Amino acid sequence: MASSTADVAVAVGRLPPVGPRPPLGLRAASLLLGALFALPAAYLIWRTFAADSDPAGLVLTGRTLDPLRRTLQLAGLVSLTAMLVGTALAWLTTRTDLPAARLWRVLLPLPLVVPTFVGAAAMIRTVNPGGLLDDLVSAVGIGTTPELRGLTGAWLVLTLFTYPYVYLPAAARFRQLPGSLEDSARVLGDGPWRTFGRVCLPQAAPAIGAGTVLVFLYAVSDFGAVVLLRYDTLTRAINTSYLTDQAVALALSSVLLALAAVVVVAERWLSARADHRPTTGATRPIVYPLGRWRLPALGLVVGWVAVALGGPLASLVDWSLGGLIRSRGGGRGLTIDGGDVVGATWGSLQVGVLAAGVAIAAVLPIAYLSARHRSTIGTVAAALVISTFALPGLLVALSVRFWTLPVWADAVVGDTMALLIFAYVVRFGSLAMGVTLVAVRSVPPRLGDAAATLGAGRWRRLRTVDLPIMVPGLSAGAGLVLLSVMKELPISLLVSPLGYSNLATRIFLSFQDAFVAEAGILALVLVALSFVLSWFLVIRRADHL
Amino acid sequence: MATRTCSTLAAAVACLLTAAACGGGSTSLDGPAASIFDGDCVDAGGRSVTIYSGRTQNLIEPVLDAFTCETGIEIAVRWGDSVDLALLLGEEGERSRADVFLSRSPGPVGFLEGEGLLTPLAPEVLDLVSDENRSGQGTWVGFSGRKRVLVRNVDLVGDDELPASVFDLTDPRYEGQVAIPATNGSFVDWFTVFRDQYGDEVATEWLDDMVANGARPYANNRSIVDAVNRGEIEMGLVNHYYTFQEAAASADGLRAANHELADDDIGSLLIITAASVTSMSERTEEANELVAYLLSEPVQRYFSDETFEYPLAAGVEPLDILPPLTALEIGSVDFDNLGGGFTITNEIIEASGILDG
Repeated sequence: MASSTADVAVAVGRLPPVGPRPPLGLRAASLLLGALFALPAAYLIWRTFAADSDPAGLVLTGRTLDPLRRTLQLAGLVSLTAMLVGTALAWLTTRTDLPAARLWRVLLPLPLVVPTFVGAAAMIRTVNPGGLLDDLVSAVGIGTTPELRGLTGAWLVLTLFTYPYVYLPAAARFRQLPGSLEDSARVLGDGPWRTFGRVCLPQAAPAIGAGTVLVFLYAVSDFGAVVLLRYDTLTRAINTSYLTDQAVALALSSVLLALAAVVVVAERWLSARADHRPTTGATRPIVYPLGRWRLPALGLVVGWVAVALGGPLASLVDWSLGGLIRSRGGGRGLTIDGGDVVGATWGSLQVGVLAAGVAIAAVLPIAYLSARHRSTIGTVAAALVISTFALPGLLVALSVRFWTLPVWADAVVGDTMALLIFAYVVRFGSLAMGVTLVAVRSVPPRLGDAAATLGAGRWRRLRTVDLPIMVPGLSAGAGLVLLSVMKELPISLLVSPLGYSNLATRIFLSFQDAFVAEAGILALVLVALSFVLSWFLVIRRADHL
Repeated sequence: MATRTCSTLAAAVACLLTAAACGGGSTSLDGPAASIFDGDCVDAGGRSVTIYSGRTQNLIEPVLDAFTCETGIEIAVRWGDSVDLALLLGEEGERSRADVFLSRSPGPVGFLEGEGLLTPLAPEVLDLVSDENRSGQGTWVGFSGRKRVLVRNVDLVGDDELPASVFDLTDPRYEGQVAIPATNGSFVDWFTVFRDQYGDEVATEWLDDMVANGARPYANNRSIVDAVNRGEIEMGLVNHYYTFQEAAASADGLRAANHELADDDIGSLLIITAASVTSMSERTEEANELVAYLLSEPVQRYFSDETFEYPLAAGVEPLDILPPLTALEIGSVDFDNLGGGFTITNEIIEASGILDG
């Protein structure tokens, strides 16, 4: 039976090893876009040299080695767990007869939108001793809850907030795989598990790998959650030295960037050798009956949603209600009003949608050049776009401002919404890059060739042949960018036009001085807004295919 | 910006539909801003000032609304974390649009002073506060204060078990009971002053002893008050403000309460919030007007009554519920003399091993 799936693979055909010579316009566009995405890295390298700091020497001191080791440990654990969980949840919700699958598909991406500094604080408030869950378990006399902290706490909480980086691309890919291959495998005698392992998984592997790298890079760059969970990582060292010893902060950031580059290049290398079989989409994906596993599977998904979403939401609701009851009962009033909430919601929605659209448009040429033409420019640009994700947001914000300091640049883009969107795209283009590469590869080149012989121009082929096949992948990428932009912090505060505010900035400012009720209410609005967007952008679009 | 006539969601929607109802139509304030200024708003004919504010919008916006109404000077604000904003200002240099920088703690203004990005305030503004609460170079003034205290869980720590000094906390009876916001700005500022007052040897030994005694690192003041309130840890070193804030914000009774260390103890230090004018500002007149406004009697009273902070302008008394101030104040420490002070503070904190706990 070992030969069964291989036979099928041969029958379908693969990408040619070397693509046709890329059009000049595509190369020029990718070069320009790559240069724009390189701005933060260029700033960092320039600054590191200017400050005469010594990244290599610093890494070897005990002061840095311990946080670095902890960063790697945490990022490794989180990315591995998120990969397994994200893939399992994606398969269950897209390829099985899991009850209420649509509902779970809307809910599962949402933890991504909760800013980690408030999400982690809420999770701690829910779970830790003396918290809501502890009150509950001690009321029924079970005992007391463990304390979320250190490596275990940071691992658990970061996994809960980052698995959507894997879930969204994996789900998009699973929904797209044609049923014909799996059917053939089964006809040839493979069982469901074998079919999954030998047909489904290899085809989804590039999407899963791209998502896992994002989780790793996020875990490496997060500060909000790890500091609350009292796990001392490299980002803490960067944060505490930025004001007092910039040379150290820059050197440590360079270490992060180098680390990211290594991981991304390794993933790209693996991915280039993976099974990139174009998708025809001629047959619908197979839905596997779970049989007696239906209830346990449902329990798993419900349990995961309850922890990942219910955990933080419980405390956010508790904070909100506490403040509302207090202000109704004649206590101190809230410091935000309806106008603030509406204004902040609009602020979030506007930049989220714009940045998601621009990010997809910006990575698409690079993806084409890299995937279709195997061009070095495209491959390097793609790796650069993804690596930038490991850089702390503060550094990206400062670098974008730095590059717009010349008088003419400041006059054109300084203090504008365009600059804000640009900064978001540079920071989060990485989220769209991986899935877009997978999406481009899923389009059979022969389809385009056929259309070309029928006289369709390049743009027409893109619109009528490529885009419809790529929509699930591109939607997943746009969704990742959208949710991430809406929770982003340093850029929203530092690169925005004066007077701009959104839900994340208002949550941060409220929470900073312990206005927990205001932070809770705004965070709930953010989750509700994301629920609506997730429903529109992820589910509705994909279901129409 | 100048007025806040919308207080309910329904009104807010109406605001959006008819912008004029909230824009410039009405000529007086309501809400918290009205407690600062309740007269008719004036029009100053296009005068304006831009602020980078590390002080939270929720607290400061009513003050700025009152300022605009009373003086007619329009305001544009970039809100954010004090450290981030100071770094942005440092990056922008001459190109910055900021006229005024407001900081939650002295560290960030000290950084900008060192970078030469602040300009001395007008003498009449400096004279509004006592010498201890302003920079030796006259580039910043304190405009409100938060006092260092020990927060404790009233169920876990009895009145008779409380220490009088931070030096008592190294005693074995407090083993594993004390939370320290080791990397938080206010603690770093405090520890830098500690070093200045007692010398590096004593300060380092105290922190090392705290670590040996099982002191635990927390992210910030707020998370310590939260953990103490839940009983996760018995007590912690924080700013007085957060316990009051939690009490005002939560619906049920708080189990966390502030304990004042002795008046002359380093643990009772006052950490000030600072206002400054940037060196690139072309609107120093308006900027000084704003800083002076922060130190005016109604605004100082607002900081005291609404935000539980210590007023710093001469002649304004703190709220009755606040404990009296001690003689030792952070402003009395000359940041210029600390040269590289924060770098060494961070090195001592990292070397103590507290962050590994």
